[in-house]
Amino acid sequence: MNILSQWDWSYDGMIVLAGVLCAIAASLPGNFLVLRRISLLGDAVSHAVLPGLAAAFLITHSRSGVAVLVGAVAAGLLTAVLTEWIRDTGKVDEGASMGVVFTTLFALGLVMIVQAADSVDLDPGCVLYGVLEATPLDTVAFGTFEIPRVVIVLGSVVVMNAVFVSLFFKELLISSFDPGLATSEGFSARVLHYLLMILVAITAVASFEAAGNILVVAMFIVPPATAVLLTTRLSHMIVLSAGLAAASAVLGHLSALTIPALFGFRSTSTAGMMTLCSGLIFLVAALFSPQTGMIVTWIRRQRLAMRILSEDMIALLFRLEERLPKQSVQIDTLAQGLLTSRLRTRISVARQKFRGYLLVSADGVCLTETGRIAAAAVVRSHRLWESYLVTEGIDAELIHRQAEKLEHFTDRSLRDRLQKQGSKSEIDPHGSPIPEETDRQTTQE
Amino acid sequence: MTDTTNPLSVQDLTVAWHRKPVIWDVQFDVAPGQLVGIIGPNGAGKSTLLKAIMDLVPKTSGRIEVFGAPWKKNRHRVGYVPQRESVDWDFPVSVLDVVTMGLYGRIGWFRPVRKKHREAAQRALERVGIGALAHRQISQLSGGQQQRTFLARALVQEADLYLMDEPFAAVDAATEQAIVEILREMRTAGKTALVIHHDLHTVADYFDSVVLLNMRVVAQGPTGIVFTKENLERTYGGRLTLLEEATEAMRRRERSL
Repeated sequence: MNILSQWDWSYDGMIVLAGVLCAIAASLPGNFLVLRRISLLGDAVSHAVLPGLAAAFLITHSRSGVAVLVGAVAAGLLTAVLTEWIRDTGKVDEGASMGVVFTTLFALGLVMIVQAADSVDLDPGCVLYGVLEATPLDTVAFGTFEIPRVVIVLGSVVVMNAVFVSLFFKELLISSFDPGLATSEGFSARVLHYLLMILVAITAVASFEAAGNILVVAMFIVPPATAVLLTTRLSHMIVLSAGLAAASAVLGHLSALTIPALFGFRSTSTAGMMTLCSGLIFLVAALFSPQTGMIVTWIRRQRLAMRILSEDMIALLFRLEERLPKQSVQIDTLAQGLLTSRLRTRISVARQKFRGYLLVSADGVCLTETGRIAAAAVVRSHRLWESYLVTEGIDAELIHRQAEKLEHFTDRSLRDRLQKQGSKSEIDPHGSPIPEETDRQTTQE
Repeated sequence: MTDTTNPLSVQDLTVAWHRKPVIWDVQFDVAPGQLVGIIGPNGAGKSTLLKAIMDLVPKTSGRIEVFGAPWKKNRHRVGYVPQRESVDWDFPVSVLDVVTMGLYGRIGWFRPVRKKHREAAQRALERVGIGALAHRQISQLSGGQQQRTFLARALVQEADLYLMDEPFAAVDAATEQAIVEILREMRTAGKTALVIHHDLHTVADYFDSVVLLNMRVVAQGPTGIVFTKENLERTYGGRLTLLEEATEAMRRRERSL
C-alpha cells in the first residue's frame, strides 16, 4: 500500500479525472445502446471512426480541431447506414452486417494511419490502448491552473452527452421502447437513432487519444448493462450507470497502482484496469442483484423445488392412505417413491413436521389431520386437471405428467373453475376418486 | 362530431419486400363510427397494412388518406396499438410511463412530462381496470394486463381513428370483455377502430364491418353481408392462389439470375 503514499493529485488526480470523465461520457449514451439491443454498434462505431480520423489527419495534417470531429461523425454515421444497408440487402443478421462494416472500416483506418505516420505523429497502438498515463503531460493554462487538454475535451463531451440525454429523455425513451409508436407520434425513431450514433462517434473519438478504444467500448456497454440489473426505472438506470462508470475508473486506477505492486511488478495499464474493474462490478451485480441476481434466483428456485417436493410427499402419503388408511411410511421408501435423495426427503419431512402436516414416529411418517386436508387439495387439483385435460382432447398417456406440474400452481378458485369446465365426473380418467373440497376456505375471494 | 369525411381511405396500396409483394392493390374505405375487423390468415399482410397506413414501412405504390388528408397531416388524430410482442416487456419503465407515452406526441419535442399528463394516464389506467398497477415495472404484468396497458395508452391519445394490431391475442376472458366494452364506448363517442382479429367466432359479435385480407382484399363490407363461409374459404383457402404462385415464380427467377 505504500505505493499510494506517492499519490500526487496533480498527476494521479488528473489521470483519474480523465478516466472518470471518459467513463461517464460513454455510459450516458450507452444506456440507450443497451436498451435498444444494439450494444455492439457502440463497439462498431468506436472502431469505425478510425478512417474518418485518418482522413482528417491526411487532409489537415493536424491532430485536433473540427476536421477530426467531422471525420469521426461522418465515419460513425457511415457505419450505421452501411450496417442497415447490408442487413436489409445482404440477408444477414444485424450482428454479421455490423461485423463486416466495422472491421473493414477499421482496417481501412489502420492502413491510412500507417501511410500517414510519415507526416503525422500518430501511433496505431496508442489508438487501441490509449495512454491515460500521459494525461498530465499536455496541459492548457487556465488562469493559475494547469488543466490537461484531455480533461477539457472529455469534460465537454460529458456536458454535451448529459445535455443531450436530459433534453431528449422522453424522445429517447419512446423510440427505444416502441419505435413504431414513436414514429407514429412524430418522433422519428430513425432520426433519433442517427443522433445517438453521432453522439457515440463524438464520444469515441474524444476518448481515443486519452483512454483508447478498450475503455470507451467497455464503458458504452458494461455500466449500463450493470445498472439495468439493479433498477426498474430508466432515469435511475442512467444515473446509476454514470456512477458505476466513475467508480470503475477510480477503482481501476487504484488497482493499477497497487495490485501489480503486491506481486512486485510495476504499475499496469490504467485504462485496461478500469475496464477490468467495470467487468468485475458487472459480475458482482449479476450474482447479487436483489431481483434478478443468480444467487437470489437460485434460492428462489430451491424454495420452489422444496415446496413442490413437500406437496408431492403429502400427496404420495395421501394416495397410499387411500389403499391402506393410517399407515406410516419409512423415509427411505418415501425417498424412493419421490425419486429424490434421502437428505432432501429428510429436510422436507422436518419442514412439514414443523408446519404440523406430518407426524414422525419410529414406524416412519404419517399425515396429521391438517396434513391430510392439504394433501387432499393437491390430489384434488391433480385429478381435476387430468379430467379437464382429457376433455380438452389431450392424450391420456400425457395427462399425468402435465397434471403433476400444474397441481402445484392451482388454487381453490382455479379448482372450482376446473370442476365446472371439466368432465363433472367424481372419478378421474385413471379411475381414482377425486377428493371432495374440504370447505375450510370460502370460494369467494 | 360532425366530421363526415371517411376516417380512412386506402387506395391501390401495394407494399413489397425484396420485390416480393406483401400486400397487393389493397383498396377500401372506412366510414366514421365503425368497428372494422381485419381478418385473414398468418402472413396475409395484416400488420403490414397497418404499418403502411402509418408510413412505418415504405409503400411501393398507392395512396392513404386519413380524414381526407395525407397521414402526416392528421397523424395526431390516429392512435396506434402495436402487437404486444413487438416491445421488450423487461424495459425499465413503469406501467404509468408506458401509458404516458401516448401523450408524448401532444407534449411535443423537448418538453417534459407534467403532472397533468400523468394524471390523465392514471385515469386511463383506471378506465381499463388496472389503476392499482400504475407504479409496477412492466415486467410484472400478465399478458392481459400488458394488453390493457396498451389500451390505456391508446385511450390517452384521444384519437379519432384507432389502428389496433391483434389486441385480443392471448388475453384472458375478462380482458377480452374489457377491450370489447371500451371499443363499443369509442364507437358511441363517434370514433373509428380498425382491428386485426384472429378469432373467427367473435367477428360477427364485435365488428360492424370486416376487411377479409389475404395479400389482397378478398371481400369487404358490412359483417352481415360479407362475413360468409364462402368468403372465408376464399380468404383462408389452403391452395396457393394464382397470385401467390406468380409471386413465388418472380422471386425464384430473381434469385436464379
